[in-house]
Order: sequence, then C-alpha cells, then structure tokens
Amino acid sequence: MLKINNLHAGVDGNEILKGIDLEVNAGEVHAIMGPNGSGKSTLAAVIAGKEEFEVTEGNVLLNGEDLEDAAPEERAHKGIFLSFQYPVEIPGVSVTNFMKTAINETRKAKGLEDMPANEMLKLIREKSELLEIDRKFLSRSLNEGFSGGEKKRNEIFQMAMLEPQLAILDETDSGLDIDALRIVANGVNKLKSKNNAVIVITHYQRLLEYIVPDFVHVLHEGKIVKSGDKELAHELEDKGYDWIKQEAAV
Amino acid sequence: MDLKDKLVSSFMAFENNVDVEHPVHDIRTEAIKNFEEKGFPSKKQEAWKYTSLKGLQKVEFSIFPKKVNALDYKEVKKFFLHEIDTYKIVFIDGNYSSFLSETTHDGVDICLMSAALTKPMYKQVIDVYFNKIASKDESLTTLNTAFSREGAFIYIPKNKMPKKPVEILHFSTGNEASLMLQPRNLIVAEENAELQVIERHQSLTSNEVLTNAVTEIFAAENAIIDYYKVQNDAKTASLIDNTYINQKSKSMVKVHTFSFGGKLTRNNLNFYQNGEHIDSTMKGVTILGDKQHVDHHTLVHHIEPNCESHQDYKGIYGENSTGVFNGKIIVDKIAQKTNAFQQNNNILISDKASINTKPQLEIFADDVKCSHGCTIGQLDEDALFYLQSRGIPNKEARALLMYAFANNVLESVRIPELKSRINKIIAEKLGVRLGFDL
Repeated sequence: MLKINNLHAGVDGNEILKGIDLEVNAGEVHAIMGPNGSGKSTLAAVIAGKEEFEVTEGNVLLNGEDLEDAAPEERAHKGIFLSFQYPVEIPGVSVTNFMKTAINETRKAKGLEDMPANEMLKLIREKSELLEIDRKFLSRSLNEGFSGGEKKRNEIFQMAMLEPQLAILDETDSGLDIDALRIVANGVNKLKSKNNAVIVITHYQRLLEYIVPDFVHVLHEGKIVKSGDKELAHELEDKGYDWIKQEAAV
Repeated sequence: MDLKDKLVSSFMAFENNVDVEHPVHDIRTEAIKNFEEKGFPSKKQEAWKYTSLKGLQKVEFSIFPKKVNALDYKEVKKFFLHEIDTYKIVFIDGNYSSFLSETTHDGVDICLMSAALTKPMYKQVIDVYFNKIASKDESLTTLNTAFSREGAFIYIPKNKMPKKPVEILHFSTGNEASLMLQPRNLIVAEENAELQVIERHQSLTSNEVLTNAVTEIFAAENAIIDYYKVQNDAKTASLIDNTYINQKSKSMVKVHTFSFGGKLTRNNLNFYQNGEHIDSTMKGVTILGDKQHVDHHTLVHHIEPNCESHQDYKGIYGENSTGVFNGKIIVDKIAQKTNAFQQNNNILISDKASINTKPQLEIFADDVKCSHGCTIGQLDEDALFYLQSRGIPNKEARALLMYAFANNVLESVRIPELKSRINKIIAEKLGVRLGFDL
C-alpha cells in the first residue's frame, strides 16, 4: 500500500530524512521508534504532505501512485490520516461540525453528495461509543480546553469517522495515563482490518503492548537503521537507544 | 467650492427648515462656528494620521436630498433582521420613512429626533441629555451637531424594557448625486431599563455617499444596553461614526461593531464611566478586501473606582485593504480597582494589506489591573495543515481558521438571528460555504 523509496527531505536547507526506505502492506501494523530528533515526526509530516518540508530525493507511493506534489487535503482524500502529536485548537468550531465538514469535503472530492444528516448522526453515535466519548464532548470547540488524553482520544475518534486506508499515529501515547492509553489503543485495534494499515510512531515500548506491531523500525539521524518484529521493541526497552547509536556508529 | 465651504454656506438654507426659536438652535449656531474654525481634520492631527479625508472632501456632495424617495419593502427586506419581530426606525436619504418603520410610544419612546427636537413633550429629555456628552471640540462631531435635525430617538423610562429589539436603518438612494447624510441619534435608558439596538447604514446607489453620524447614549444606574453596529455598506459609501456613551453606576453597555463593507469607515467610540461598578464592553470584527479602509478609535475613561472595561477587536485584512486601531484607556487617579482589558488581534492575508495598531494607556491610579495586546500576524500554518490533513481544502481551511479567530467576538452576540446573519455575511466575504453556523 505504502512504498517509500530513498526519501530525503528537510526544511530550510536542513536535511532531516536522509534516505528512508519503507514498505507497508494492507493489514500490517508498523512501529517507528527512535530517539528525539531522529526524524520520526518529520517522516509522518512528509507522508501527510506538510508543505513546510521539501522532498529533495526519493518518493512516497500510495497504492502505486506517486504522492509527489499532492496537497495535504488530496492525500487525506486518498485515505491517509495523521493523528497529531499536538492537536490544534480551533475555537468556535465544534467537534461535530468539524467532522461533518471533513467528511463532506472528502465526499465532495469523490463526487459524492453530502452525507445525509441521519446517517451522519448514526455514524457519530457509533464512533463516539467506540471511543467511550461522552456526547456532551462533541458540541465543545475542537480541542479547546481538552486535556492531553482527551485530545488524543479525539484524534482517534476522527480516525474512526474518516476510516482511512493508512493511519499514521504520531506519538499518540505521549501525555496519556494508563486508562486513556487503553481506550485509545482499543479504538485503534477495533479499527484495524485487513484492508487498512497503521504506522505507530512512538518513543516508548508501552503503547506497543496494546497495539501490537508486525514490524518495528528504528529511526536514527534520519535513516532506518534497524528493523525487526515486536521483539525489537523489547530489546530497545532493555538496552536503550544508546545501543542503536553505538551500532550505527560502527 | 470645497466641502467645508459648501457645508458652512448651506447652514443658512438649513435654518429655513428648522425651528430657529427652539433652544437647540443655539447649540447648532455655536457648533457651525466651531466647525468653521476647525474644518475637516487633517493627517497632521495624531488622531487622523492614518485616515485621510482628502479624497472625500473633493467629492461634490449634495447636502440636502432634492427629492423625497420611497422604497419598496421587497427591495430592502434583506437588510432588515426580518427573521424576528423588531421596532424599526428607518430613514431614506435622511428623511423618515413611516412606511418602512415601526415606532412606538407604548410605555417607551422609540421614535424620531425631529419630533424630539420640536415637540414640547420631549423638551425635558432634550434639555437634560441632548449634546451633553458629544464632543464640542471634535470637528466632525460639531459639524453633525450644527446640522442635527433627524435621526433615532429612543427613551426608555425607569424599569422599562421594549418588547423587542430596535433596528435603526439609514438608506440612501441618491440616484441624482452623491449624498452627504448626518443622522443624529439620542438613546436614553433610565434606571434598570434594558435595550437592544441594531444599527445599519445602506447605500443602494453607485454614487458616493458620506455619512457623518453622531450617537449619544445614556445608561442610568443598572441599565443594560446591547448595541450592534452592522457596517456592510456598498463600496462607494463612507461612514464616520461618532458614538458617545455615558454610564452611571452598575450599568452595563456592550457595543459590537462588525465592519465588512464601505469604502472608508471611521469609528470613534467613547465610553465615559461616571459611577462605580460599571461594565463597558467594546468588541469588533473587521474583514476587509479591495481598497477598503477601517479606522477604529476607541476610548474608555475610568473616572471612579471599581469599574471594568473589555475591548476585543479582531481584524482580517486581505488584498490591499488598510486598518487602524487606536485604543485609549484613561484611568483617573481615584479610579482604584479598575480592571481594563484591551485586545486587538489582526491577521494579514495578503502582503499588500497593512494595519496600524496602537494601545494608549494613561493610568493615574496605582491599584488597577490593565492589560493590552496588539498583534499582527498571519494564519497559523500548523493549524492550516491540521485542517487540510482532514481533507478540508485550503480555501475552506483558511475560512474556518478566520471564523475561529473572530469567534469570541461573535460568541457574545445575544440575538441568535443576528449572529446567524453576521455568519452569512462573513461566509460571503470569505467566499466559502461551510455548511454550518458558528
């Protein structure tokens, strides 16, 4: 589904991704781990099409199609979803209205009519139950005054509503307590299918106990330096990132 | 003949149409002398540094409309808040239109200045209030005073409240020539009275229109006044609005100014807090495009202790529009425990737009909380990306962010149908259809 070939990307002349190769197939869960500054969030942003970053070499293919100059909204329409590490606050726009707009703009891009109101309501009810979100919450302004946990849960709620092909979770576990983590992971797991894929970007092994990866990749200084299965995550937890740095230096 | 001379020499013709025996006429004669001395303000004056009236002074304005024009309700329905029931005071080219209006004397007076300035039953109110807080130094205000004859007159006695909001509409049809209008409004809310007013100027012509308006508002103890100014006029219409508000103890006055239209708009909004425990709020949303200019000059004068004032103006400037914000707060020495907050946040969405913003705080008391924040920036790129990553296209994403930016001003609009109407106007200005109201 996703194929990244020798991806080099940076911002303001600084190269951050220095040759990433990655292949993600439908039905798979990939974890990307690495120390701070390794380029994890940059990778997520580049796949999602953030215009601030410049791709200097290589490419990103989704279902064989080169995403090249596709704007972020086009990538969203093609089925890419990015769960933000720091979700943005949009005062005055309720969670519900935001979701309606997102869904209907995506439908519009596909030549479809707006989703009928009752269908939308049903979908909202279903997905908010899945993530144990109180209905009162949905009429609040998007992310305004939300706790860290609430923001992340809201990200996964959006993911549930948009049903993407490829979901990238950028440090979804940061700032979450055990209960919030459980709810978020549970949501992600319920949304997993053989037709979609998930890339989990995380610092810590903890989340991967709940969202079990098929593949684990370690990013260091803009390159994937080691790949393995879920055991690699355990090894990292035991040995720390220094181990990787040493290995890479050799 | 330049505009100043034309106006001064028209005064005599004007006198033929008013009761020169009425005591108010002394006020007018004094005022025209004042204006003659001062003339139009120039850019050399600090208060007019960024707003030039030179262009307007070159236009051949007709001071008195030659014909009395009528309007079909169908033509102008969309400018009324027709979704709800309201009292209406409507003027066409400066003259009262009884056909389009709905006035009342049922416990409250919602009627005309021309009546208030001539009929004996209003003499007392006029003696007590007329021209008591309007500036006698500011030249455009004195100009309006000199020609004061018609406008809205609202008098709410003690403990009373009109059954519905009041709409004040000034239409101009000027098909023959460019028109200059000078409405004069007087609004009085006595003790415990409450009032909601929505005011709008609308030119229906492609000729230039200049409106130089003065509104005096008096809020007695415990009175509550909600005033909404909808400024979405034609691109050939200019407005100089001088509003003076006098508040007594425990009163609450809120003025919302929505500036989306017009060619040149100057809002002089002045609050005088003559009492304790007074609450004054000034909020505004400005969204401008092609060659439009808006200048907000606000003043709050904290005279006694324990009062509050809140100012929140948001501006979005696109194309080659220009904006000015000058927020003055004066806190007198004895006005201890004053809470004065001022915010002016602006977004430039084009690199040809520009804004000059300046807080001016003169604080003479030492136990106060005063804050000010004037910012100029662009739309947050991270926020834009967040919205786009959900499939919302760039244009709609920008509009959503601009709505969000203006949100806490819109939030305090207490008439839902008006809020909805403002939402629609904003949507039109931003060129998007969002599928929901904020």
